[in-house]
Amino acid sequence: MKAAVIVFPGSNCDRDVAVALEASMRAKPLMVWHRDTELPKVDLVVVPGGFSYGDYLRCGAMAAHSPIMREVKARADAGMRVLGICNGFQILTESGLLPGVLMRNKDLKFICKDVHLRVENDRTDFCRYYRSGDVVRFPIAHAEGNWFVEPKAYREMEDNGQIAFRYATLEGKVDPESNPNGSLGNVAGIYNEKFNVLGLMPHPERLAEDLLGGSDGRLMFDSLVEALS
Amino acid sequence: MSQITPDILASHGIKPDEYTRILEIMGREPNLTELGIFSVMWSEHCSYKSSKKWLKTLPTKADWVICGPGENAGIIDIGDGDAIVFKMESHNHPSFIEPYQGAATGVGGILRDVFTMGARPIANMNALRFGDPSHPKTRHLVAGVVAGIGGYGNCVGVPTVGGETNFHKSYNGNILVNAMTVGLARADNIFYSAAAGIGNPVVYFGSKTGRDGIHGATMASAEFDENSEEKRPTVQVGDPFTEKLLIEACLELMATDSIVAIQDMGAAGLTSSSFEMASKGGLGIEMDLDSVPMREEGMSAYEIMLSESQERMLMILKPGKEDVARAIMDKWELDFAVIGVLTGTGRMVLKRHGEVVADLPIDPLAQASPEYDRPWVQPAKLPVVKLEDVPAVAPIEALKTLLGCPDLASKRWIYQQYDHMVMGDTVQRPGGDAAVVRIHGSDKAVAITTDCTPRYCLADPHEGGRQAVAEAYRNISATGALPMAVTDNLNFGNPEKPEIMGQIVEAIKGMGEACRDLDFPVVSGNVSLYNETQGAAIQPTPAIGAVGLLKDVSKHTTIAFKGAGNSIVLFGETKGWMGASLYLREVCGREEGAPPPVALHRERRKGELVRDLIDQGLVKACHDVSDGGLLVAVTEMALASGIGASLEAPSAIALHGWCFGEDQGRYVLEVGADDLASVLEAAQGRDVGARIIGTTGGHSIDVAGQSATVEDLKAIHEAWMPAYMGAEMSGH
Repeated sequence: MKAAVIVFPGSNCDRDVAVALEASMRAKPLMVWHRDTELPKVDLVVVPGGFSYGDYLRCGAMAAHSPIMREVKARADAGMRVLGICNGFQILTESGLLPGVLMRNKDLKFICKDVHLRVENDRTDFCRYYRSGDVVRFPIAHAEGNWFVEPKAYREMEDNGQIAFRYATLEGKVDPESNPNGSLGNVAGIYNEKFNVLGLMPHPERLAEDLLGGSDGRLMFDSLVEALS
Repeated sequence: MSQITPDILASHGIKPDEYTRILEIMGREPNLTELGIFSVMWSEHCSYKSSKKWLKTLPTKADWVICGPGENAGIIDIGDGDAIVFKMESHNHPSFIEPYQGAATGVGGILRDVFTMGARPIANMNALRFGDPSHPKTRHLVAGVVAGIGGYGNCVGVPTVGGETNFHKSYNGNILVNAMTVGLARADNIFYSAAAGIGNPVVYFGSKTGRDGIHGATMASAEFDENSEEKRPTVQVGDPFTEKLLIEACLELMATDSIVAIQDMGAAGLTSSSFEMASKGGLGIEMDLDSVPMREEGMSAYEIMLSESQERMLMILKPGKEDVARAIMDKWELDFAVIGVLTGTGRMVLKRHGEVVADLPIDPLAQASPEYDRPWVQPAKLPVVKLEDVPAVAPIEALKTLLGCPDLASKRWIYQQYDHMVMGDTVQRPGGDAAVVRIHGSDKAVAITTDCTPRYCLADPHEGGRQAVAEAYRNISATGALPMAVTDNLNFGNPEKPEIMGQIVEAIKGMGEACRDLDFPVVSGNVSLYNETQGAAIQPTPAIGAVGLLKDVSKHTTIAFKGAGNSIVLFGETKGWMGASLYLREVCGREEGAPPPVALHRERRKGELVRDLIDQGLVKACHDVSDGGLLVAVTEMALASGIGASLEAPSAIALHGWCFGEDQGRYVLEVGADDLASVLEAAQGRDVGARIIGTTGGHSIDVAGQSATVEDLKAIHEAWMPAYMGAEMSGH
């Protein structure tokens, strides 16, 4: 598998995800600067977390209009895998690669902590090492993770299996108490219709090593390596 | 007619005797720009004029110290060519006036001090002190400061890994916001601020200069009065996005061998950075202020020189390196301008619109700033509170009171608003004794803590100074790390009052003793004086930030109990010291008595023993005993894990003294049955008092026939802060 990580001014999880990718790929991913107009030939593009362009205007809004994102969109339309984490998820919704919007958290505060997620669909390249119904632990760190989409679109997404992860209890119960940010249906991550694009607010790269407190996130990168190699 | 009136002098905070010296130095009357430059350079904030004499007495050297006080930050050698660069700095006055921006720019300023020296920042910490929770301003200040620290640190992508927060009425009118940054550099690629090379270009880069923050350093050197709110325009506005670009641009440029010297523009902005760089190099500078990138039109020389606009840097480039530097700044979309040249005159010559607007000798301003030997009085010793004179409250009942009191209640509400995991190396998150952050790509880690017990410092500044250092030493040791060096942030009231000056002198003496005895040198620091409002001073707060080294991060120990059926071992003597304790304050409503003394020679021995046992893998969990005493320490270990403990109190001491006394120099260890004999034997061999006080297991804390479930205690511990801050949301 070949992978690239896009670096915007203000990205700050680019190194973290590169470290996690390298551990699974046994090779370094390419780091692609936002002003580049050509994307190297890769199997996976990661749009990392951070504060691209300082979150000015709206989280992800300016990055969505950068030259490199035009290229990412074109490739994604042709089937390339794209993973957007946190600010990367916001950029993917802003650029129209994923449906819905990410609004301010319900209590209006930035929140950084581990959360439990229920895996909703394991039949994708991102989640083949998980099982639907599994509960995994990833950290969140965001102020705008409150995902929303129109009810009709939401029902269609559910029917298509486009919901990737939901915030849940340790036992896998999806309830209001386990929802950290007010997201519709406790949604933490979603796929596009073709399942080649995944966006999620939690950070799999932050718990991909036991020394840091857990390695549930590592399986996502292992899944991608297995699927795309 | 003289341009400089007594009113102008007063508004610049210049005392009559200082003005006499200014006239001597200048040989003529200064103009307003020149006077403004003197006022900021000689402000307490920039010159340390009241504390310098005493700061010089602190130990600053050790084999592993690469750079001690006097530069932007201190530097220690952690082996393999790696160096740790760190410092703590206050942003107290601005944070009280405008909490969000005050705290945010405090974080920005300390980050710049660290990356200016060639280090990538790897961790932030903060030590916060607020007024009484019932004071009408406190909730608003907590909310603003926490949001400001988070807003800045989260965006720059440096994890905020820990800190401490206290509440006391003495901070009602003067909160303390002390921010610390730890950075990682290569020992052979460190950057200093001394200018060199006549003819070399003086270069400005970063954000543009605006009219914000003019006279911030002067404000930070005065007491507050009822008109302090009017000083809001002197608080700067931060832009963490630009700071992030500045970090990346600086580190990229630093890899190109282009920089002679570099300095951030902190307090007193372009003035202090240019004077310090020139003074350290024994050179002069000629600057054309028309070249300074400006945010607004029509700025005067006075405004340009005194602006404290954020995210700006000044550097001296090697000849011919302008294009290399400009290309990197263009990539990161930062302003870049050659604004002057180094000269051999020893003078600062400033031009605006083609005319010389200031011409000042550099050394007398930068180095010959006033140094005062201010009169001071020895603080009175307070009587020792006898244990038998302190009422005994049932231990579980008192435990619940303490766990839910503002100083001990969980600070989760605060640290969950800080990204403490970004950069992927946070091994121990907030909530333990010290944060542990791995050195990226290696098996090493640093342990980081901030400590101070202001109520001890008020009761006895000398013992309080010793205790702050000793507690930092213990917190580092409890993770298994070797304590390496400290940074200090000395927060006090008005030094012109002999009793306040006495606090400063004695606290520094106490700190110095502890640092010397524990081989724990001071490598950087900051002083914040005049923390008084309408004559009432804060509790003396010499905050200590400390860094330790773990050579093998996999051996680090946390405070959480690891399993059932293990022995709980206490190192150190328990006599039931009640003076200045939290039990006395929170349970009995009394703030009195001498604080517990620290025995430094035993402190060191115990620390070494704890570290050795952790290194040998004999310790499952470790926690130092501090605020609230032994029962609180054991309960915190249970709360961190969900595993309970059953304790057996000795009969030789009154139960409340054993549970809640704040005797110093103690650690609680969880030890497995197989290792117990080795641990006790090692303690005996090193002459460290050790006693088995109980066993881990179950779901409750049991002591003297009383019991409470860990779940209930956790609920109490977690409840206070969200409930208190939640009242803000509902608009009360």
